[in-house]
Amino acid sequence: MSFRTVSEKYRERALAGVLLSPALLLLFIFTYFPMFIAFRMSLYGGRRGPGPWVGLDNYREALTSPDFWMALRVTAYYVLGIVPASLALGFAIAYGLHRVGPGRALLRTCFFIPYITSTVAAAMVWRALFNPRYGVANQLLSWIGLPPQRWLLESRGVLFLLTGGWIPADWGPSLALCCIILFDIWHLSGFMVVVFLAALQAMPRELEEAARLDGAGSVTLAIRIVLPAVRPTLLFLAVAGMCKTLQSFNSIYTLTQGSTVLPETQTLIYYAYAQFYEFGYWGYGSAVAVILTVLIIVLTALQFRMLDRGRSMS
Amino acid sequence: MNRKIPVALSRMAWLRRGRTRRGGRQFWLYLGLSSGALLFCWPFLWMISTSLESFEDAVTPGLGVWPASWHWENYLETWRSSPFPRYFLNTFIVAGTVSAAVALSATLAGYALVFLHFPGKKLAFMLAVGAMMVPFEAIFIPNFVLVTRLGWYNSLAALIISWCANGFSIFLMRQAFLAVPFEYYEAARLDGCGSLRFLFRVALPLVRPTLSVTAVFAFLGSYNALLWPLIVTADGSRRVVQVGLTVFTTESGVQLHLLMCAATIVMLPSVLLFLLAQRAVSDTMMATGVKG
Repeated sequence: MSFRTVSEKYRERALAGVLLSPALLLLFIFTYFPMFIAFRMSLYGGRRGPGPWVGLDNYREALTSPDFWMALRVTAYYVLGIVPASLALGFAIAYGLHRVGPGRALLRTCFFIPYITSTVAAAMVWRALFNPRYGVANQLLSWIGLPPQRWLLESRGVLFLLTGGWIPADWGPSLALCCIILFDIWHLSGFMVVVFLAALQAMPRELEEAARLDGAGSVTLAIRIVLPAVRPTLLFLAVAGMCKTLQSFNSIYTLTQGSTVLPETQTLIYYAYAQFYEFGYWGYGSAVAVILTVLIIVLTALQFRMLDRGRSMS
Repeated sequence: MNRKIPVALSRMAWLRRGRTRRGGRQFWLYLGLSSGALLFCWPFLWMISTSLESFEDAVTPGLGVWPASWHWENYLETWRSSPFPRYFLNTFIVAGTVSAAVALSATLAGYALVFLHFPGKKLAFMLAVGAMMVPFEAIFIPNFVLVTRLGWYNSLAALIISWCANGFSIFLMRQAFLAVPFEYYEAARLDGCGSLRFLFRVALPLVRPTLSVTAVFAFLGSYNALLWPLIVTADGSRRVVQVGLTVFTTESGVQLHLLMCAATIVMLPSVLLFLLAQRAVSDTMMATGVKG
């Protein structure tokens, strides 16, 4: 950089400032600054506006409220129901697509469309499919001789229904939640397929060929050779999938809206939204949002560490 | 969508003729993948078919994706029964502006982060990309308050301005600019080309695929958003289609065929846009290293 004079150096700095300022200013005003405000708001009481200072009372209230723990449990079922299943499904489909010849792009599009399309519109369709009166789901049950279900309106546990009442109704996820989970697996898998496929295509060909010459079968090859090779992608998708799921609002809102929302389908984000927007508890809603944010950060860090350790062991 | 399946089937017939073991395996692979693809797309086929049926046929449960009788007038009725033209106008204004603004802010920032030398470059990069980690639920309440204080409640500005920059887009554009050889920049500067001129004349044409992907992602994100428009808009004149669609359910009651028309109409622009940009999207995903 010997050709640069001193004035040019300052001009370059000024230019960098001008180019960066729109993006960074917007991020400061609408992302970083609100983070601090959220924490500050969570320390105040009152409804639909700034209220009196209450310190950590909102947090204490949340942590002692059965509704909060219910939402936390629902969130756990929700994330654990969606992320591993869509990862496995996404990998299986991507691996299949990786090994077919012509038509790959076409098939990939079919799997990807649920992800790129409007969640609200797609959820409308699924609501109709699960409708107790005219939905296809009950039609399918009647064909195999099972009694109709209430699906998205069913607050009783899926284990209770499957075992015919052996397991208490409040154990495990409700049937309504399982329907939402099924929708989200369908919705999220396409994203996993596309990212996995990109990683598989970037993988060196010799790796697979050498293993096949050594006589490895398709399944062995997939699990022993291919999966470790795309481990970084797996890590990325596990974290991204978890973050997406923890923040998922559209599907739950659309699938359950219109009827009274069951506490059995309220995840933390929905709980925060309802407390803030529907009941007007700004401070309390913020406290729940802050707890959720901390949860996301901690879980992400944990996941990175776990998967990293897994790599060093293998 | 439904045209894809016959294509896959004809390919399978071609494969079956090859008698190698590999050919047989490919046949089963195609069969499995095509049935999977059909299963994934079936809700959409069902939606389109139901949208064209009469009310009685629509509420008769069935797996079929072929209407008994065709009622194209359903679409007209849906379009007229709710202020969809208004919703679409709002949505396109919002998503179009957001998309253009995100493309611009991300291009400028990404370019500065790659080609310019200035103190604090690393910090600027971390701040830009770190914004990706901030979950939306952490900030939607304060942003709502902020936007209300600014007097933007129930205005399109509230839907646009807070979304005009995001970390992911800056990251994408930076990755794309990194692939532009730095020698080009040095050579151009030696020839007396200004830094901004280099950006618009040389660098930007080279990263056009990524730029279009950035714009498409921003458009789709804005088009499909629900929570934010739901809380900052109050009435029909400012509503976007996603909110309009959720309202339509309650308004239309059990008019299932009309509801499916509305869902189809709302899906159409996003699916079309994606199909148009698909090649660029997959190229970008490969090139910018989602792999690591």
